[in-house]
Amino acid sequence: MRAVDAIMECLKAEGVDVVFGYPGGANLPTYDAFYDAGIHHVLVRHEAGAGHAAEGYAKATGKVGVAFGTSGPGATNLVTPIMDAMMDSVPVVFFTGQVRTELLGTDGFQEADTIGITMPAVKHSFLITDPRELPRTIHEAFHIAGTGRPGPVVIDLPMDLSKADIPYEPVTDVHLPGYQPRTTGNAKQIRQAARALAASRRPVFYTGGGVISAGAHEELRELVRYGGFPITSTLMGLGAYPAPDPQWLGMLGMHGTRTANYSIDEADLVVVIGARFDDRVTGKLSEFAPRAKFVHIDVDPAEVSKNIPAHIPLVGDAKLVLPKLLEEYRALDADKARLDAWWQRIRTWQERHPLRYEPAEGTEIKPQSVVEAIYTVTGGEAIISSDVGQHQMWGAQYYHYPEPRRWINSGGLGTMGFGLPAAIGAQMGVPDRLNVVITGDGSIQMNIQELATIRQEGLPIKVVILNNGYLGMVRQWQELFWQERYSSVDMNTFGGEEAFPDFVKLADAYGIRGVRLTDSTSLEDDLRAAFEAEGPAFIDVRVTRDEKVYPMIAPGEPARNMVG
Amino acid sequence: MVDTNELLSLDDLHAAGSIRTGRKHVLSVLVENKPGVLTRVSGLFTRRGFNIDTLSVGPTDDERISRITLTLDGASQPIDQVTKQLHKLINVLKIKDLEPAETVARELALFKVSVDAQTRSEVRELAEVFRGKVVDIGKRSIIVEITGERSKIEAFEKLVRSYGLVEMIRTGEVAISRGREET
Repeated sequence: MRAVDAIMECLKAEGVDVVFGYPGGANLPTYDAFYDAGIHHVLVRHEAGAGHAAEGYAKATGKVGVAFGTSGPGATNLVTPIMDAMMDSVPVVFFTGQVRTELLGTDGFQEADTIGITMPAVKHSFLITDPRELPRTIHEAFHIAGTGRPGPVVIDLPMDLSKADIPYEPVTDVHLPGYQPRTTGNAKQIRQAARALAASRRPVFYTGGGVISAGAHEELRELVRYGGFPITSTLMGLGAYPAPDPQWLGMLGMHGTRTANYSIDEADLVVVIGARFDDRVTGKLSEFAPRAKFVHIDVDPAEVSKNIPAHIPLVGDAKLVLPKLLEEYRALDADKARLDAWWQRIRTWQERHPLRYEPAEGTEIKPQSVVEAIYTVTGGEAIISSDVGQHQMWGAQYYHYPEPRRWINSGGLGTMGFGLPAAIGAQMGVPDRLNVVITGDGSIQMNIQELATIRQEGLPIKVVILNNGYLGMVRQWQELFWQERYSSVDMNTFGGEEAFPDFVKLADAYGIRGVRLTDSTSLEDDLRAAFEAEGPAFIDVRVTRDEKVYPMIAPGEPARNMVG
Repeated sequence: MVDTNELLSLDDLHAAGSIRTGRKHVLSVLVENKPGVLTRVSGLFTRRGFNIDTLSVGPTDDERISRITLTLDGASQPIDQVTKQLHKLINVLKIKDLEPAETVARELALFKVSVDAQTRSEVRELAEVFRGKVVDIGKRSIIVEITGERSKIEAFEKLVRSYGLVEMIRTGEVAISRGREET
């Protein structure tokens, strides 16, 4: 069997039915195998689109995403998605073509040292040197990508080897002596954590994307509900605990709610699960939860005590650890009334500091109100893919996620251009659910070519552009911290005839329905009409130009000094 | 760190954070003998901003496995983070942070010292005291081989500097734990 046909067999054995990619010289043999392999190959318009689509697929389904690119520029175009997947722990296997073995190291046409370039951005990578190793390597790659703390794995395949005739036998076992993620959690530490919880009077749960990766949302909900604990999460963790909910405090961090941030500030015990104390969450690190003890549960030992020393470190898979923690906590029969005063204090903050914005005057559309309208129109049931910037923060604040894997965004790396291709992957993975992209006039233009992919695949994705004609988040920082010196932030997408590009005409050029919304009084109805119409929609919403994301922890400040 | 337009002093730029042990550490790292493994290890150190004092790589009694011996300064490096991050590399099989008292550590160094007819014998005597070997003698120079712990090598270096040290090369420490147990 040709090595490339063995790739197809391995993909099928891994349950892969859809991949994202772009052909070129060095991966021609692979694409010949795709021709009749019975695997749906989504042809994107830029390799970055393939990588982000594979991420979106993985984030929406929990399965391993797959992306293909050719050698040289094909591989370097995948570097951003690879790093993105690393930062957000997304399981994706990237297949890159490579020049013939004899050309390696000679600066051959379209040669790049893909393994070298991607080394600091991968969970692991493989350069194939013996085609007979390919099947085993592919299964090892899927195993590494999808288990423990998930992440990207690169397989670099020289063209000559991909054409080799190899004996193929299904691989049923994977043997990686240096890779044994610890999963169960130390029983003694779990008991200590339960005791700390029972003794705490001002506990807060702070959860992250790890809970979603682990599929541990049910276990989390059970524990938090049983104990009556207040809970907040990072940007990546939204949906693990349902929102809205009486115990849900809203998002934590720089643009989180005051209630969530104040609660952490005054907590005596913070239970951190699948989160990593990112600077966008903690603000000034030395003043983060200054009165609290930390229980830190994570499957990656290197995250525990990396930024803040944990009093009770607990290395393990949240799905296995949380039920044991609940059992131990139940056995202690803690008095729920001990939390009454704490809840009273939290309710006061909630009443005093709800998320709010100045309502618009006349027909002007506030960007926050667009997200609220999307929430109303979709009944909270859509998968929202977001780009990066102000719209992302509003998407996190004003849409409420009742389930995990409904909020798909680039948190760690903050990759503009992520949203549209990610939605393609999400829609391919979850075809029956409405997929909406919340984006901005800056971000959308970073991978706008993927409109062609949407058209080609006939995907009914609804793209909502919060168009303020600015790189809004940069502009916000220039206004607040750089004396209003607005340097290179005007995108010229706002205004009358002179605005460009005309997003409606642009959509039209791709054969996609374009809509422009400028009137707040009919916003909800207009959005509903655009969402209900069949097929994709590209919706240019002209919003208040200088709106800012609030509340905000200014950089280097502690949470209690939130502004706005 | 504040990321606004305030000027930052160099002191502010010093990384805060993880626990420092304040002593020297010798890490014995068993890795799979595969291409690129050393690059992964050294790349990790660069990326995470860890500094290696010495590094030596060599085969073990099992041809599929190599041993990397690293020495690090625990006063400036978060050793705990170093080992945890190293463990995440798929090709890393085992890491041991060797206890100084329970460890035999050796390093080999070659010193090329400039000598004349009179000082030649002085340097040879010094080498003898350090149980070193003279491995090359020329009219104007002499090469001495010293094996031992780092402190011994550093002591010898100090002494021969006054004669004129032309060049020196050190292998970096290799280490093995005392007793029957495997490192």
